Amino acid sequence: MSIDVLSAILVIPAVSAALLAILPGYRQTAKLNVVAALATFLTSLSLFVVEPVSGQYLLVDDLNKVFIVLTTFVSFTTSVFSASYIQHEIETGRLTPAFLRFYHAMYQTLMFAMNLALIANNIGLMWVAVEVATLTTVLMVGIYRTHEALEAAWKYFILGSVGIALALFGTILVYMAARPVVGEGLDGMVWSVLVKHAAQFDPALLNVAFVFLLLGYGTKVGLAPLHAWLPDAHAEGPTPISAVLSGLLLNVALYALLRFKMMLAVNLAAIAPGPLMVTMGLISVIFASLMLYRRRDIKRMFAYSSIEHMGIIVFAFGMGGPLANFAGLLHMTMHSLTKSAIFFAVGHIAQVKGTQKIADIGGLTVTNPVLGWGLMLGVVAIVGLPPLGIFMSEFLVVSSAFSHAPWLTVILVLGIIIALGGLLLRIGAVMFGEPKGPTAPAEASYVPMFTHLALVLMAGIYLPPGLVAGFQNVAKLLG
Amino acid sequence: MSSLQFDIAHLLAGSLVLASFMMLYQDRLYALLNVYALHAGVLALSVAWQAYVQQAPHLYLTALIALVFKAIIIPVALHRIIKRLGIHREIENVIGIGLTMMAGIGLVALSMVVMLRVTPGADALAREDLAFALSVVLLGLLVMVTRRNAVSQVVGFMSLENGLVLAATGAKGMPLVVEISVAFSVLIAFIVIGIFLFRIRERFDSVDVQALDRFRGERR
Repeated sequence: MSIDVLSAILVIPAVSAALLAILPGYRQTAKLNVVAALATFLTSLSLFVVEPVSGQYLLVDDLNKVFIVLTTFVSFTTSVFSASYIQHEIETGRLTPAFLRFYHAMYQTLMFAMNLALIANNIGLMWVAVEVATLTTVLMVGIYRTHEALEAAWKYFILGSVGIALALFGTILVYMAARPVVGEGLDGMVWSVLVKHAAQFDPALLNVAFVFLLLGYGTKVGLAPLHAWLPDAHAEGPTPISAVLSGLLLNVALYALLRFKMMLAVNLAAIAPGPLMVTMGLISVIFASLMLYRRRDIKRMFAYSSIEHMGIIVFAFGMGGPLANFAGLLHMTMHSLTKSAIFFAVGHIAQVKGTQKIADIGGLTVTNPVLGWGLMLGVVAIVGLPPLGIFMSEFLVVSSAFSHAPWLTVILVLGIIIALGGLLLRIGAVMFGEPKGPTAPAEASYVPMFTHLALVLMAGIYLPPGLVAGFQNVAKLLG
Repeated sequence: MSSLQFDIAHLLAGSLVLASFMMLYQDRLYALLNVYALHAGVLALSVAWQAYVQQAPHLYLTALIALVFKAIIIPVALHRIIKRLGIHREIENVIGIGLTMMAGIGLVALSMVVMLRVTPGADALAREDLAFALSVVLLGLLVMVTRRNAVSQVVGFMSLENGLVLAATGAKGMPLVVEISVAFSVLIAFIVIGIFLFRIRERFDSVDVQALDRFRGERR
C-alpha cells in the first residue's frame, strides 16, 4: 500500500505525459493536464496518512514531504492557470496545436522529474532527475521560437548543463569518499546509508565534493555569480513555465543541496557548509536587489526578485539551527506561493497589453482592476510588507540570524530594503500611472492567483499549530 | 595491480588530456570534430582498460557506447549538419590560441594540485584518474568559453562529459545506474542540441552564438 503511494506520485505524471503527447484537441488536453496535476497533489497529501517504506531508490521523510506537497500543489494551481493562458496563446496564434501537445507532455514530464528528484534516495538517481527537469524546461523556454526565446533557451541549456556536469563530478567524489567506508556498489550512492556513515568519510574529499555540488546545484538554484540563465529563461518562456521555474524548480535544486549539507554536517572534520551558503546567499540578495532598479521587462524584473529570495532562503539555511531553518522553510513556502501568484497575474497582464515592457504598461488598477490589484497585493507580499506571510518569514530569518552574525544580518536587511524600493518604484507606474495599451478585459482565471495570495495572507496572520510543529520537526532534521 | 596495468591506464588517461589540449588550437570545425572523435576513441580505450583491470564486465558496455555513439555516430552526424546547414567552417576564438593554451596548462596544474592533495587515501589509479578527469572537465569548459560558434561549444560540452565518464569509471565499483545515466544524458543532450540547431537554422543565417546575442530584451 505504502509503496503504491510513492510510485503513484511518479506514475500519474508519467502516464499523463504519454497520453498528452498523443491526444489531440487543446481544450480536452488542458483539462486532462489539470486533472492529472490534481490527482498527483491528492496522492501526495496521502503521504501524511500512510507511512511509506523507504527503499534503496526512494525515500520519504519529513523533509521531502514538505517539498513534495508544495511542489504538487503549485503544479496543480499552475496547470489551472496554464489552461486559460494557453487558450489565449492559441487564439492569437503564438502557439500551434502541435506545439501545445508538446507543451503539455513536457509539463507532465517536468512534474515527473521534479517528484523523482524529491523522493530519490539514490544521489545518482537524484542527479538524473534534476537533469531531466532541466532539459524539459529548456525545451519549453524555447517554445515560442523567437530570437529571444532561442537565445534564452540556448543560454539556459549551456549554463544548466555545465552546472549539472559539475554536480555529477561532485556526486562521483561523494561516492569515492564513501567507498572505503560503506564498500563498493549500490550502497555507496544511497543517501540514507551515506548520512549514517558520513562521520568516517575522508573530510578533504568531502570538502571538494561539496564545492562542486554547491557550484553545480547552485547554478540551478540561481545563486548570484551563476545566475545568468535565470532572467532570460523567465522572461522568454511561456508564463506558466516562469511560475513553475521560480516557484518549484529552484526549490528542487535547493533541496538537493540541502541533502548534501545534511551529510556534511555529520562529518565534524569537514568544512562547515554554512558559511559558503551564507556568502553566496548574501551576494545574490545584494546583487539582485540592485539589478531590480534598471529592469524594463516585467517578467525579467520578477526573475531578479526570485534570485533575491533564493538568496535569502540559502542565507537562512546556511545560518542553520532550528530557528533559522524554520524561517528558511517558511520563507521558501511563502516565496513559492507568492511568486507563482505574481506570475499568474503578469501572464494575463502581458496578454491583455500585448507586451512585457514596463514602459508600455500603465494604469492597471483602472483598466483591469482585478488583475491590477491582484498583482499589487502580490508585490506588497513579495517585498515583505506586513501583514502578509513573507513579512513574517523574513522577520524570522532576520531575527534568528541576528544573534549569530549581526553584521551579516545588517547587510541582508539592507538588501531587502533596496529590493523593496526597486520593486515598488517600478510597479508604481504600472499600477497607478496613465492608462496605456489595450484596455480589453482579461479572460483570466483568477482562482489560482487569489488562492495563493489568500494562503500567504493567512500565513502572515495565523499559522496553524500543526504546520508549525511539522516545520519545527523538519528544521531539527536539517540541523 | 601490476605496475604495467597502472602505466597503461595512466597513459590512456593522459592521452585524453592531450586530446583535450588538441581541441584548444583547432580553428576549423571539421578538424575539431575529428579531434573529438579521437577524444571519444581514447575514452573508449581507457574505459575498456579499466573494465579489464577492475574485472568489471559492465564497463565494457560503457566503452562500447563511447566508441560507437560518441566516436562514430555523433561526429558523422555533426559533419552532415554542418554541410547541410552551410555553417561557416572557421571557428572564431574569443581570445588568442596562445593565451588559451596557457589557461589550459594552468587549469591542468590546478586540477592536479587539488585532486592529488585531497585523495591521499584512495588507491593510486583512482587518484590519477580523478585528477585527469577533472583536467578534461575544466578543458572542456575552456573550449566552451573561448568559442563563439554553437557547434564548437557543443563539442566542448561533449568532451566535458567524456571527462565525467572517465571519473565515473575510475571510481571502482560505482553502480551501473550512473554509467547508463551518463550515456543516456549525452543522448538526450544531443537530441536537444539537434532540435536547437535546426530551429536556430530556421530563424537565423548563422549558428554563431554572437548572432543570437543581438537582442536581449533589455538592450537600450
